[in-house]
Amino acid sequence: MAKIPVQFRLNGSDRAAFVDAPETLLNTLRRGLGDFAPKYGCGQGTCGVCTVLVDGEPQLACLTLSVACEGREIETASGMADGPDLHPLQAAFMDHFAAQCGFCTPGMLTAARALLAKNPNPSRDEVVEGISGNICRCTGYEPIIAAILAAASAPGARRA
Amino acid sequence: MLEMRKDIFADERDDNLNVIGKGLQRQDMPGHVTGRTRYFDDHAFDGMLHLKVVRSPHAHARIRSIDIAAAQRAPGVKRVLRGADVPVNKNTLLSLINFGKDDEPSLAVDKVSYKGEPVVAIIADSEAAALAARQLVRIDYDLLPNVFDVEEALKPGAPVVNETYPGNYFEYHQRYDHQKLRFGDVEKAFAQADMVLEHRYQMSPIEHAPTETNGSIAAPEQNGRFVVHSCAQGLFFALGTAAKIVDVESNRLHFIGGTVGGGFGGKVDALTEPLAVLGAMLTGKPVRFVLDREEEMLYGSPRGAERIYVKDGLMRDGRIVARSIRSYFDAGAYTRLSSYAAIKCTAHLPGPYWIPNVASDVYVAYTNRCPSTAMRGFGVTAVDFALEVQMDRLAEAANLDPMEFRVLNAYRDGDMKAHRRVAKNTALIECVQVVAEKANWPLSEQAKRQSSLTGGVGERALIPATPLDQRGQIGRPDTRNAPSSQVLPAGTARIPLSKQPVMEGDRDGRAKPTQVPRYESAQPIAALPPYQPAQTSNPPAPAYQPPPAYQPSPPPPAPPPAAPAQTQHGAVRFSSVFGTRRR
Repeated sequence: MAKIPVQFRLNGSDRAAFVDAPETLLNTLRRGLGDFAPKYGCGQGTCGVCTVLVDGEPQLACLTLSVACEGREIETASGMADGPDLHPLQAAFMDHFAAQCGFCTPGMLTAARALLAKNPNPSRDEVVEGISGNICRCTGYEPIIAAILAAASAPGARRA
Repeated sequence: MLEMRKDIFADERDDNLNVIGKGLQRQDMPGHVTGRTRYFDDHAFDGMLHLKVVRSPHAHARIRSIDIAAAQRAPGVKRVLRGADVPVNKNTLLSLINFGKDDEPSLAVDKVSYKGEPVVAIIADSEAAALAARQLVRIDYDLLPNVFDVEEALKPGAPVVNETYPGNYFEYHQRYDHQKLRFGDVEKAFAQADMVLEHRYQMSPIEHAPTETNGSIAAPEQNGRFVVHSCAQGLFFALGTAAKIVDVESNRLHFIGGTVGGGFGGKVDALTEPLAVLGAMLTGKPVRFVLDREEEMLYGSPRGAERIYVKDGLMRDGRIVARSIRSYFDAGAYTRLSSYAAIKCTAHLPGPYWIPNVASDVYVAYTNRCPSTAMRGFGVTAVDFALEVQMDRLAEAANLDPMEFRVLNAYRDGDMKAHRRVAKNTALIECVQVVAEKANWPLSEQAKRQSSLTGGVGERALIPATPLDQRGQIGRPDTRNAPSSQVLPAGTARIPLSKQPVMEGDRDGRAKPTQVPRYESAQPIAALPPYQPAQTSNPPAPAYQPPPAYQPSPPPPAPPPAAPAQTQHGAVRFSSVFGTRRR
């Protein structure tokens, strides 16, 4: 099967890959480009650990075809920190103990980032709705909700 | 209350245990929030192969033939493995500590015993190629009758699930069909009790459902070694298991792990590591074996379903005078860790209460279900659910407030537990008091004055006379299927009546042997420690009469009774598996 060239921007850098037609964005990111922040959890679009931003919209990388990302802007949790400077959401997750095993954290951060970009001052219910596509088996969600609410009210949060 | 044993490993410690109340950053948090924490699957290898297994579609069937020819010729397939390719194709997890017989194959050979049991492994250069080749394996089965119910499995004539254990029960010490606990004489106490309540509790299997599925990647290293990135919760457990099954020295395996994407007990079984290592050895290439979500949910081992019968003898004043438990662990088709769970369960009984007469028989039964394993307090969690529901029912029967009822029956420091260890650091009473306060639950002044520090004296600190049975064991013979019979279960033998359970010394403030009534042989039971059956004049009422042991005086600094002052240096560990103490 002939490989198809795909180019997109990944966390601000231009990247290119040769992919198979049915290849998912998750596989291209992890196995092709070496960005391991998005995880495989279910492959069925139910757990949210593969959540990435495509042109600012949260998407499930396990259900997104790589060829459909030609020319798009992809952002993952790997690109949230600016060097040693953490994104306010990342700092809030640390402060609020919002990760235990850490496996859902990249997807959770990405979903929260999309939420705050659209709605800088979400209510608690809106936060719950915003991460409703992301499953966490460790924390019971409360620390995550608290972290997102804290990040929303922190200075500098709006740069998302 | 809480005893800080700062003398343990004193020369190896440099902390002062003074971090409580301070905000400390976990060392793994920066990796988690930046997406840089490396889980087992977050490693890149050139030329990595992918392993997928063909699983049994039947719960119980004999394998007539396996045809892998078409799968071997399929595009991208590098190697197809059957049971005969696995160097040591029988294992049990706890064999690493010499406990139990090897009963589970990595790849089934003669028969399959649960739906989803792996039979053939396919190694291909892509996941898609391995999945496509999986469709080409032809396995002919002869269906066998199956059994899914723990009590049905233990009946004579039930289908044999696991040929290593033909009675469908785990054999403790190659001899016993269950874990037995006898403390005092429950039958006599039931006869004297005002009320006897018996209820049945049935649990469900529960899947851990970690967001990261089980998996591992094994790759050849230099010098004949293999590096293994593993999801294992018990990394050295998985290493030892893989070394045994693949039959290599453990120092040839370099396991890397520790970052587990959620485990909860479901990642102690080494489900993938042995075959990944074997695949890497046979192909000379990195081999990745990861369960997909469907496999994880259906065939990753769950919490075992347990069936628990609790029978309690209750006095009208609220005292529980006898508790008898019959419990069945659904191990599924293979042992894994269920044998250990039953030991934990037995050690936990009768719960955090002082009950003078306790009996329990805990069975590990094999059924044609997915093998169960560890999950968050397994062995204790389910029986605690059963006991606490039972406690509510007892409180209702005694017409007592459920919180007061627990205070009344709570264990206290110095109490002799049914498994013959002195209770220490007990705090049920204090927990109830705090919970009641926080929940604005009215508690009587008397219950508020109780303390776990006092009262564990007198008969409460002693091992009661416990009758021996005809098998020379403590307790009644063969209670596996309700009515007792003289027929010994298959594989068991009579042991002489003279066999006495061996009591150890007087460490930890346990009553000295001289204080311990000796075990006596079955028939005439010398007077039980004084127990006055319910001579309460008051009708069932929320206010209870304290039993003699209650001293509602304000808690004095209370040295625990009979605890000989001692300085114990070095950790004394209790091995529940061997029932021995080691220093």
